[in-house]
Amino acid sequence: MRDVFCRSLVKNSGRPQFVFLTGDLGFRALEPLREAAGSRFINAGVAEQNMISVAAGLAKSGLRPWAYSIAPFIYARPFEQIRNDLCLPDLPVVLVGNGGGYGYGVMGSTHHALEDYGTLLTLPNLRVFVPAFDADVSSMIDALMDFPHPAYLRLGLSELPANFTPTNYSAWRRLLTGNGPTILVTGPLAGGLVANSLRLAESERPSLWLVSELPIDEVPEEFLNDLDRSSHLIVVEEHVAQGGLGQMIGHHLLLHGIAVPRFTHHCAKGYISGLYGSQKFHRKECGLDAENILAEILTGA
Amino acid sequence: MQPAETVQDISAGESMPLLIKRAKARLLRMHYEAGVGHIGGNLSCLDVMLTLHHRVLGEEDMFVLSKGHAVGALYVVLWSQGVLSDEDLRTFHVDGTRLSGHPPVKGIPEIAFATGSLGHGIGLAAGVALGKALLSLPGRVFCLTSDGEWNEGSCWESLIFAAHHKLDRLTIIVDQNGLQGFGSTREVAGIAPLADKFRAFGIPAYEIDGHDPEAIEQGLREASRHGPAAVIARTVKGHGVSFMENRMEWHYLPMTEAQYLRALSEI
Repeated sequence: MRDVFCRSLVKNSGRPQFVFLTGDLGFRALEPLREAAGSRFINAGVAEQNMISVAAGLAKSGLRPWAYSIAPFIYARPFEQIRNDLCLPDLPVVLVGNGGGYGYGVMGSTHHALEDYGTLLTLPNLRVFVPAFDADVSSMIDALMDFPHPAYLRLGLSELPANFTPTNYSAWRRLLTGNGPTILVTGPLAGGLVANSLRLAESERPSLWLVSELPIDEVPEEFLNDLDRSSHLIVVEEHVAQGGLGQMIGHHLLLHGIAVPRFTHHCAKGYISGLYGSQKFHRKECGLDAENILAEILTGA
Repeated sequence: MQPAETVQDISAGESMPLLIKRAKARLLRMHYEAGVGHIGGNLSCLDVMLTLHHRVLGEEDMFVLSKGHAVGALYVVLWSQGVLSDEDLRTFHVDGTRLSGHPPVKGIPEIAFATGSLGHGIGLAAGVALGKALLSLPGRVFCLTSDGEWNEGSCWESLIFAAHHKLDRLTIIVDQNGLQGFGSTREVAGIAPLADKFRAFGIPAYEIDGHDPEAIEQGLREASRHGPAAVIARTVKGHGVSFMENRMEWHYLPMTEAQYLRALSEI
């Protein structure tokens, strides 16, 4: 996604309000943007707190800043700056975190972001964008160019199956229809769920829904119809349960008096064995891999 | 009890010493009526803030109050400029006020940022200075910090950034009153000599008497011609009130009526 991200920003880098800050990251990825943006590309150094305050000052001057780092460093280190300097005054700054969830794999827990959007969504005015596929990134960037509030864009690696073309971007999409349970997923995990679900007969296949913008405001009627039919909601996200999509949709459904007889939540569970590995390793350890989720559906677990 | 000063009492042509005296009286009254503390750190920087606003700042310039706990002094400065009314000041700390105990997010356009957590202002001011430069907009930025605030690592991040990007529109002011939250700056986490540290970061530093209006005006003007630069204002916490001067408790304590009347008689 980072390449698409870079290309989409290069395309927009001539906008008079565009300015891009990085916390000294982007080697072998953001060089084209550095070339294209010139003085509007600022390496703010390894100093994320200052970078966010500077971004707020730039926004106050009338610019539309983007602030980039890897996911944990963009949201956790400068959290107070995000709260006080961006969210409370509602300034239009886009925070970009690369490698959401276990994206940085064996680099270890300090480089993971398992609680990023849940934490950020406790703040006022901020909206989170979680692309699942490369094409989502360019759609989101086009929208974010004129987005008048703080935003967080959580990048990962697209896992779109070669034989599948998703519908055009929208905050909620039904990727697959089926007569099995209703799955609600956010982020690149959607790709693996599509690939594995396509192997199932329609009678067993889940109806697979992808949500890409948080918090949840409106839920499509078709999703509620699917839920009514299946009576089983499975939420899948590479984020801890606290503050995650599972809690958000549960809260929404309760507020609207919608009962879900069965609710399963597949989410990040930290470091169960205390051992480290690839993103795939950590997902598997949490039962977040598509093979496990689909196997559970088949066995009725 | 004396009647409150109104903004009409303060003319544009008034001498700074007289203006400072009147503003100081209004600041004391506001804190007394509200029954709140923070008066010590407000008195230490009032002279600098008033002189900056009345003698240095132009329409296109911006002021960032990084030591947000001195917002009382800023409200009084804005009152002296006719931005806030006497009625506004009476609402200080009262339920439903626009005038919160640290700079508010919204409601007073002249207050650029909601500070109060230390170590944010310089980065914010640096961003504005850079933004103005990138957009070719006129104007300078002045940011007032406390001295204890320089314990915050983010201040040094911002200093590195300002020097590296040669943000010539930025002037940092330090209200060096020597006292912080729970001790003197020397006792808590000594950073003297601060001016040398700024210079080592590539930031020219000017040391001035922070209670001499002429020195303040001259220092700010000179520094702003050599930005990014710092002005270290040597000040006295609780300045002008004998029983408050250099006393840490006046970071926190409200005044009794007797203390208020005595303070008024001394300034």
